[in-house]
Amino acid sequence: MLAGVATFAIEGIESREVTVEVDVRSGLPAFTVVGLPDAGVREARERVRAALLNSGCEFPLKRLTANLAPASLRKAGPSFDLALALAVLGASGQAPRAALAEYAVCGELSLGGAVRPVAGAVAIALGARRAGYARLIVPVENAAEAAVVGEIEVCPVPDLGHLVELLQGRRRPAEAPSPPPPSRRYRCEAPDLGDVRGQADAKRALEIAAAGGHNLLMVGAPGIGKTMLARRLPGILPPPSFSEALEITQVHSVAGIGRGRLAVERPFRAPHHTISAQGLVGGGAIPRPGEITLAHHGVLFLDELTEFSRSALEALRQPLEDGRIEIVRGQRAIAFPSRTMLVGACNDCQCARGRDDCTCTELDRARYARRLSGPLLDRVDLVCRLEPSAPVSAGAWPQAEGSETVAKRVAAARELQAERLAGTSAHCNAAMDAGLTQRRALLAAGARARLVAAGSRNLLNGRSQDRVLRIARTVADLAESTYVGAEHFDEALGYRLAPARSAA
Amino acid sequence: MSRADVAHPASSRVPQADPARACDACLRKAHLIGHLAGHIAGVLATRGGRTPGLLGLGEEDLVAAVAPRAEQLAEALRFLDGFDVAAARSGLSSAGIASLCRHTGRYPAGLRDLDDAPAALFVTGGVARLNELCTQPVVAIVGTRQASPYGSEVAQALGRGLAAAGVTVVSGLALGIDAAAHRGSLEAAGGAVAVLAGGVDVPYPRHNLQLYRRLREHGVIVSELPPGRRPLRWSFPARNRIMAALAGVTVVVEAADRSGSLITASFAAQLGRTVAAVPGRVTSDKTIGSNRLLREGAAFVRGPEDILDELFGVGRWAQERLPQPPDPAEELEPALRRVLEAVEDGEDVEGVARTAGLSPAAARAALGRLEADGLVARAGVGAFERTLG
Repeated sequence: MLAGVATFAIEGIESREVTVEVDVRSGLPAFTVVGLPDAGVREARERVRAALLNSGCEFPLKRLTANLAPASLRKAGPSFDLALALAVLGASGQAPRAALAEYAVCGELSLGGAVRPVAGAVAIALGARRAGYARLIVPVENAAEAAVVGEIEVCPVPDLGHLVELLQGRRRPAEAPSPPPPSRRYRCEAPDLGDVRGQADAKRALEIAAAGGHNLLMVGAPGIGKTMLARRLPGILPPPSFSEALEITQVHSVAGIGRGRLAVERPFRAPHHTISAQGLVGGGAIPRPGEITLAHHGVLFLDELTEFSRSALEALRQPLEDGRIEIVRGQRAIAFPSRTMLVGACNDCQCARGRDDCTCTELDRARYARRLSGPLLDRVDLVCRLEPSAPVSAGAWPQAEGSETVAKRVAAARELQAERLAGTSAHCNAAMDAGLTQRRALLAAGARARLVAAGSRNLLNGRSQDRVLRIARTVADLAESTYVGAEHFDEALGYRLAPARSAA
Repeated sequence: MSRADVAHPASSRVPQADPARACDACLRKAHLIGHLAGHIAGVLATRGGRTPGLLGLGEEDLVAAVAPRAEQLAEALRFLDGFDVAAARSGLSSAGIASLCRHTGRYPAGLRDLDDAPAALFVTGGVARLNELCTQPVVAIVGTRQASPYGSEVAQALGRGLAAAGVTVVSGLALGIDAAAHRGSLEAAGGAVAVLAGGVDVPYPRHNLQLYRRLREHGVIVSELPPGRRPLRWSFPARNRIMAALAGVTVVVEAADRSGSLITASFAAQLGRTVAAVPGRVTSDKTIGSNRLLREGAAFVRGPEDILDELFGVGRWAQERLPQPPDPAEELEPALRRVLEAVEDGEDVEGVARTAGLSPAAARAALGRLEADGLVARAGVGAFERTLG
């Protein structure tokens, strides 16, 4: 007898439907799995056999052949266990085959028959919904995140015995957790901007970067608060929209770093500077998302930016610009999303001792500046410098603005951008290309004169001019101004990353 | 330039009439020095340093002094006999390099004061241009290779200010002060002369390749070593004597205790030229040498004006100076003025905001504005400094 069960294989952050077919016929008892299974999938035979026997089912003493279709796709991991077990039950007449056709299934089995959670439940639920399945059987632990997708009935099962009763109609499906309503009231776990004393200039740069989605570089001595500030960036970004939150959850679920529910905060990723290019942008024999994908819709923070390998930084260029990265394996190209804000931090100079105790020679400084400029000049829009704040007697610190206040201004600026950029490829000012910048960053007469003045001093080339205009557009958005005024342009000019004069 | 007379070696000792190229004998001696460069290094090493006058010896004496062993002598004589002056000349002309010697009228007059004046001088940028630059007042700007930002800034301002005032600026293309001085004089599109310790077609140090190219294009590069020769340890002090002799005033910007620029200063003093120095931080060991020069009576230099006073006499320059446009800082609105003053005081962006009483955003905007107006410039990544105007 033959039975088929639908399940899903993770590819990149998407899932592809895989049909597990099992054929049972008389012959010498054997259990073969075909259809490009890896070692982990082949081991499923032992888990399935033990789980069935320990759940009070029978394991047919016949010739069993399992096929994972499409046979051309490589399959890895233990998420096919449950589908395989169901197909065996169906093919040996222990479960109604008609009922099996309604369900898509995923889950790993323990020898005792318990169903264990799998990675990528959101992607699997999305795939099942797209393929038109009415119900999805998932491990209990994955139920909440699978339910996030909506429009598909999620049936959590704790163990195989429970599932068999469900299929035989002897048990009502357990109540699936309803997806948490997407909340506009933002309860962010990120620390508050009000905790940072002083550094008003850097906070302003952070606000502009957040408002326009610009990449930011912070320069300053160690311990001055660069990391502290960067960690507060997710807290002032607008909360992710539902579709953004779904994408974040999907990525994190595939990478196995999800929290088992809808992500309501933007991710903050801070990889160590020894990371490889592959770790940063993704890759591997079975492609895994890199840090830039894990920071999708969030913040990628690179501390000690100058210490990152050149190849790693070079690899960042294209995904940062395109918002996605394609990895080609065999004949297939797998795309990972990478729409993220880059925040870099580095020291002033090689010795990192601060301005007064610096022991660097001019040559050292020139070398350091060159290391900064090459691969980074193209990616960073804003630069700010952190200096030790003037000493103020304890308790006399002026009340700093909290994240909530700043976040409101940022959200307002983002809404203005969304209106202006509706129907274009860009989602925020930083994503505008040259043509869009020309058309959408309209200059007031004063700003045009400033642009000409800056041009006549050779401060701007074509690329850096667009960059300054994009930042100026964001500054104007924060001021809720329709046109870019002279003061907005000036401020953008002050924040741009420019080579030092002596590095000529 | 392909005249037939070079085919007669017998006439090579007769000074030639052509004022714009070195005679055969001097050309041959210059190549001999280049050929013996390794031997000269060996002799100087055993005698412990500079040997004044060595380069001024005649061919036979020079060979005897630096290559005393029989086989060395024979080898040097073989080189002299085999020297093909026609090939050397065609090599020079195809590379666009001119040559001068004491027997030509165009040889820079200042160099004749040297006892060991260079046998030949190889020149890029044209002999006519070199002559033109040597008829102007000439100032050499020298200093440490490990310059502080202050030293570089001052050297660049000196180069710019002097070049703009029609003074020829000579330096040695070294890192640090030399490079800054060249940059300044090129910025002002004025007379820039680089004296190299190797051949004029050898950009050394490689770090200054860009600068070398700009000097090749817009300035004049000279050397006493034939093209293609790499600089050796002894050729740097030898080069310094040329700088000192070319210049009427030698300015030391930053020099450590035993810096090569002090060698230039002592050559200048021996030649009776003016030695000047820029005061440096007394706590820094990079300025011990230049500060000592000041204590020993070198002219005190705060900017280009002090050197111009030295060249033209106190007060004379001020009278001759063209009416200057008003200082742009005078016309600024008060808030921008306060920001500019705060930058001058070395405040960071937050300090600027605090002292000028502005919000951080307004302070940034003011800095952007001042940068577009050319009153401040970037110093390091993301910091600002006042430009010297």
